[in-house]
Amino acid sequence: MGIIKETGTYFLLMQRVFVLPDKWRIFFRQFSKELEKLGLLSLPIVIIISVFIGAIMTMQTKLNTENPILPTYTTGLVTRDTLLLEFSSTIMCLILAGKVGSNIASEIGTMRITEQIDALEIIGVNAANYLILPKITAFVVMMPFLVIYSIVVGLVGGYCIGLFTDIISVSDYLVGIQYAFIPYYVFYTIFKSLFFAHIIASVAAYYGYYAYGGALDVGRASTSAVVNSSILILFFNLLITSLMLN
Amino acid sequence: MIEVKHVNKSFEGHHVLKDISAVFESGKVNMIIGRSGSGKTVLMKSVIGLHRVDSGRIEYNGRNLPDMSVKDVRLLRREVGMLFQGAALFDSMTVFDNVYFPLEMFSGLSAYEMRERTAFCLNRVNLADESFELFPSEISGGMQKRVAIARAIALNPKYLFCDEPNSGLDPKTALIIDQLIAEITKEYDITTIINSHDMNSIMEIGDKIIFVNEGQKEWEGSKDSIFHSDNEALNNFVFASDLFKKVKKAANAYKKM
Repeated sequence: MGIIKETGTYFLLMQRVFVLPDKWRIFFRQFSKELEKLGLLSLPIVIIISVFIGAIMTMQTKLNTENPILPTYTTGLVTRDTLLLEFSSTIMCLILAGKVGSNIASEIGTMRITEQIDALEIIGVNAANYLILPKITAFVVMMPFLVIYSIVVGLVGGYCIGLFTDIISVSDYLVGIQYAFIPYYVFYTIFKSLFFAHIIASVAAYYGYYAYGGALDVGRASTSAVVNSSILILFFNLLITSLMLN
Repeated sequence: MIEVKHVNKSFEGHHVLKDISAVFESGKVNMIIGRSGSGKTVLMKSVIGLHRVDSGRIEYNGRNLPDMSVKDVRLLRREVGMLFQGAALFDSMTVFDNVYFPLEMFSGLSAYEMRERTAFCLNRVNLADESFELFPSEISGGMQKRVAIARAIALNPKYLFCDEPNSGLDPKTALIIDQLIAEITKEYDITTIINSHDMNSIMEIGDKIIFVNEGQKEWEGSKDSIFHSDNEALNNFVFASDLFKKVKKAANAYKKM
């Protein structure tokens, strides 16, 4: 499919997704399941990656800024801003595109090839709305919490380096992570993460929804979902950053 | 009753359905038969509206499906039940929830009434209460088909579509499923359309048979007239096995007597 046709099909699907649910009770039931599946179950990987990256970033920054001209708080400040501006939103979303994106694409793709989506349509259910809307809304709702967790846990990772090694002192690190803090950065990072959450869930759902064939094709749809949502995240990261930070 | 009039359907230049017309009567088991790739599944999916036809009319008691709005199609589908080839049960739901779901979505009944109706439908297809809380992956293929029938009849459909209902089932279970479909069709005066190439099934429950060959309606008749047809394509399809050749010979000999 050409990129224009694919984009058109995506927006037509979204048109079917973003309508009022047939039954709000059923929507909220699905929504709460997705909050757990896409959000809470992503927490362990977010915590593990963030704590290690926070620690490693602190070590790397300290080792590469060993210069008496630079103030001692530099390491903490660089770690904080890197986590806040890029890692916890963009990089974490790229990782979640792999985990959540492939999960959504393979789940919906399997439902497509086993005719479960046709069965929903035959019952008279708007399958796109029933299956996809709870996933997108739940993931968008959970994303700010995942980002905030990632930032906090990343900073804790850096703190551990100060606490358990002699690479950096705890006091220098704590001064650094509080120095010249710009609250707008928090708004910026959460704003773009909401955008990325929508991209991950909707692009993955799109590839799953239009999967056809067998298990191999579901695998292919899953791969396409991860690759394309990653590319879109990087593109929109550039766009949003140039609009919001310039 | 469903009337199909001069229906054509192509996929990327390949003409799959060629000017097909047929009448599917209510209270009868209407069977679409034909070789794999003959266009019978496309015909069935076109009649349901899962494929949009290029031309022609598909009338549900006079209402032309291709002219309907998306909203009207969705309303019509609440009158439709379908049994898919692979049962297509929702694998994240239990047996009970699979049948309860369409009721919860559209019936407007109270929770108690919906539970009663669900239990009734499952019992109607001879499923014991012990199986209600099992997931589709935990039950046999035959049971899955029965749950799918229960789901299909939950909303009291006027039209029932079955795509290869016996595929993957042993002969005895296949017979049970066939008889169940036939009973339900008569009991609730449903217009049932079955897509099949299972000769046992055709001879067991087929009230009206439509033979599709290379995208065209080649023959139409009853299961009795199938033995005396001169249509070569039909005879090649129906009497492909030695057993059915012998059955035809015996039937013709009996007719001459």
